[in-house]
Amino acid sequence: MSTIPAIDVQDLNIYYDKFQAIKSVSLKIPPNQVSAIIGPSGCGKSTLLRSFNRMNDLIPNARTQGKVLLKGESIYDGDVDVTDIRRRIGMVFQKPNPFPKSVFDNVAFGPRINGSKRNLGEVVEQALKQAALWEEVKGILKKNALELSGGQQQRLCIARALAVEPEILLMDEPCSALDPIATSRIEELIRSLKANYTIVIVTHNMQQAARVSDLTSVMMVGDSREGYLAEHGSTKRIFTNPRDSRTEDYIRGKIG
Amino acid sequence: MGEVLVLTGKKSHSKRSITRVLIGPLVLPTLIFATLIGMVGLGILLVQTFTVGLPWLDLDFLNNFPSRHPEEAGIRAALFGTLWIAGLTALFSFPLAIGAAIYLEEYAPQNKFTRFIDVNISNLAGVPSIVYGLLGLAVFVQILALGRSVLAGALTLTLLIMPIIIITAREAIAAVPRHYRLAAYALGATQWQVVRRAVLPSAMPGILTGTILAMSRAIGEAAPMLAIAALVYVTFIPTGPLDRFTVLPIQIFNWVSRPQAEFAGLAAAGIIVLLLVLIGMNSIAILIRNKYQRRLAE
Repeated sequence: MSTIPAIDVQDLNIYYDKFQAIKSVSLKIPPNQVSAIIGPSGCGKSTLLRSFNRMNDLIPNARTQGKVLLKGESIYDGDVDVTDIRRRIGMVFQKPNPFPKSVFDNVAFGPRINGSKRNLGEVVEQALKQAALWEEVKGILKKNALELSGGQQQRLCIARALAVEPEILLMDEPCSALDPIATSRIEELIRSLKANYTIVIVTHNMQQAARVSDLTSVMMVGDSREGYLAEHGSTKRIFTNPRDSRTEDYIRGKIG
Repeated sequence: MGEVLVLTGKKSHSKRSITRVLIGPLVLPTLIFATLIGMVGLGILLVQTFTVGLPWLDLDFLNNFPSRHPEEAGIRAALFGTLWIAGLTALFSFPLAIGAAIYLEEYAPQNKFTRFIDVNISNLAGVPSIVYGLLGLAVFVQILALGRSVLAGALTLTLLIMPIIIITAREAIAAVPRHYRLAAYALGATQWQVVRRAVLPSAMPGILTGTILAMSRAIGEAAPMLAIAALVYVTFIPTGPLDRFTVLPIQIFNWVSRPQAEFAGLAAAGIIVLLLVLIGMNSIAILIRNKYQRRLAE
């Protein structure tokens, strides 16, 4: 691929105190594609995801070695503004976590703290439309977001992340707290968003990875519980013709 | 073996049933009794106070200064003194205590020094109020030469109630779910923006509750105010923070200690005024708190 990767991970090691959570991961995430990270529990897939927007900085004792390049710029250099990185890389969490504020204020939160000069009403409407939530909430923008259903809340969180106009959207098991119908709506949304965004999704649901992603990274747990990248490639190939025997066992449901 | 198990099982079961049968019906009456003791005590106090005090409570009582003649005596000086003290104390203690709580909960590094401060704030909340009175007398009245002024009194009460507000505010801040913070950080918020826009709005109802309780305690305090104000017969109201003053508890205390029955009536009337001031202040704070909660709930 000739284009510059959206995220370029080079020999990344992450430790919590002395425990090594991630061991020498190198990975290129291409732009405008959906990349899935799958693997058994405790393999460090969420840790890897959080290293892309430096959310691991918020965990005391977490230590990162190696490089993560965002469009070629190293995000762990000393002079990098962390808030700027997080503006460029949005994140959606496992459990829907809207603020206990109105629907409107939730989506407007990012533009407000970042001092956006654009018309807030337009930004909010556009973000909600992108998140396929506008039609459901346009009449209840002043209602508390916590009164929405779980699936609506998660799409609201996606809208909230999109309102900051990020380049990349990270999703950490975004459907694990949702029912199948809400899940399929989010998956549909993910596929539609990749035209404008680079998406990285962590999931422990292999069918989901197969359904939504173009590329898949499989992480495994090593002998001293460290997570490593076992295999990386196009989703189609990984699921039909895995090269790594442990990947194959995992995909066939023999482990994990 | 099986039989034995069944037998012992049965035995302990029936034993438990007996205790259940005996204790179960006693629990509810005991709990109700415990509740009633407090309620009845309070009720008797209120009835007693109102029957003795109400005849004395009129506009003259509110507008007059203290006097040797009970029928001319009033509470004007103490009422205004209390309002001054309460206003200044709230003004000083609220921002200071919340600042301290935010620092300790959100910014302070986890080290020995922070733990030392922690322990001491908890200890300070338990120090008898007269000790604060003497501290205020030494520091504010004498060293800082503020005199026996409203300002010295308010600063003393600020010290007295700050630990209480800090402790409740910290609990309220710590109770804000971590995922609100994470969501805000992930949107590119700075630490202060996270605190200001994601944490404080959720913590505010709890913080205000703590402040209400602390303020109620402050205006009911007689001991430290006696040390600072040392005035009983005051025939003026403070016009500025450096004026001398008296407060309702001191005035009430003074009337109670007189032998004549009329002064007991005045004291009761003073207590009613104090209660009304308390209820008034609490209502304002509860209104503010509800406004916050409604905003959260909308």
